Amino acid sequence: MRELKITPIKNGTVIDHIANGLALEVLRIVGIQSLDKDSTVSVALHVRSGKLGWKDIVKVENMELSARKVNAIALIAPTATISIIREFKVREKRPVDLPERIVGVLRCPNLNCISNQAEPVESEFEVAQRRPVVLVCVFCERSVDDFLHHLG
Amino acid sequence: MGTSLAPRMSLHGRDVISIRDLTRPEIETLLLSARRMIPYAEGKKVTHPLADKIVAMAFFEPSTRTRLSFESATLRLGGQCITVADPAVSSIRKGESLSDTIRMMSGYADAIVLRHPNEGSARLAARASDRPIINAGDGAGQHPTQTLLDLATMQEAFGTLSGLRVVLLGDLKYGRTVHSLAYALALFGAELVLSSPPSLRLPEEVRDQLDHMGVKVEEESQLSRAVRDADVLYVTRIQKERFPDEGEYLKVAGSYRIDNSVLAGAKSRMIVLHPLPRAGEIASEVDATPHAAYFRQAFLAVPVRMALLEALLASPKSKKGG
Repeated sequence: MRELKITPIKNGTVIDHIANGLALEVLRIVGIQSLDKDSTVSVALHVRSGKLGWKDIVKVENMELSARKVNAIALIAPTATISIIREFKVREKRPVDLPERIVGVLRCPNLNCISNQAEPVESEFEVAQRRPVVLVCVFCERSVDDFLHHLG
Repeated sequence: MGTSLAPRMSLHGRDVISIRDLTRPEIETLLLSARRMIPYAEGKKVTHPLADKIVAMAFFEPSTRTRLSFESATLRLGGQCITVADPAVSSIRKGESLSDTIRMMSGYADAIVLRHPNEGSARLAARASDRPIINAGDGAGQHPTQTLLDLATMQEAFGTLSGLRVVLLGDLKYGRTVHSLAYALALFGAELVLSSPPSLRLPEEVRDQLDHMGVKVEEESQLSRAVRDADVLYVTRIQKERFPDEGEYLKVAGSYRIDNSVLAGAKSRMIVLHPLPRAGEIASEVDATPHAAYFRQAFLAVPVRMALLEALLASPKSKKGG
């Protein structure tokens, strides 16, 4: 019998096929402090994967991710898949998908950009290139390809 | 005003934030209109297509020629101006957001000309305003009417932009207006020669974009060689305030200077342009030579801005320049 490294969850979200080494960044986006105190979070690092060679997995009980969090995960872990689990069954499974516009997820790397000042506006980027992903700030037109350091 | 999805057939009521907001035919129409505006800008003829219009000048950063030329352009068209020229006494100083300030101003005027120290401020203002926003410089970002008047000066001198050999000299890294100019010149089929101190070379992404547009770009660090075959020598000022640290600025400050000995090998019709103010990059002895076109360039700011204001604001029946 195959050994289970992470136990199944009854309700919640499984983020699978995260590129090896990025699970803790994904967990930062998920935001464990916002979870129900009775929820379990499981993290598997360096798991054998047919598709990626090695991968990480994050499972979060009793939580479904907001579109904004999915967009953030799509930026730093574009190979990830997200499964919604209800009553131990996978009800929905999809790869993360980068929309044309990313709103409120990243800070503009240009400190002098108006989106980094005290204005009632969220950061906003357009996808300028998909492989590899390059985003452009819709306000100051600065491009960004290093997303880990600019997560909001 | 936000971006419209409708086909862009006219400039009327539009925002002008970046030179990229304008197509080549739109730029050509504006340049033609600007030429027709010259006698009106000089006060030799009178026109009042903006007689019922108010233009707000929202200048949150020091500026002399940009503000005065926009004010002059508005007044020459028969319009009226309301002006914030000193951010120290404006409501921004009291902590009001730019969004709120612009929303308020759009209730007082038919268009807003904005100069602001933060990049992207004009795009934000366009969202907050239901009146057209004209970007008159957003930090180290865009300054589209400067590009238009640069093009107008070259076109007036040579009758065309296509095939001109234009040397861009100086800070090609931080001076984003020079990036807009390079883009616009590429759009019109000019040849570009880049000449800058090694630490101030054109950013890779801008160079890639020019290559992608199929424009001929050369680099020439030796000034006398760059000048030899040029039609236009576009000199930029090294702007201390755009540098992230003073050490980098001090390394390049004063590293180039145009004087008559540099121009000795130039073509007789070559013109020297500079967005002004100059800070020692062009010796005053050059002013007396036929190469000096920078004061003409400063004057053309008025007819060019008249052409733009008229296109954005005048009702079709009252247009002079189009």
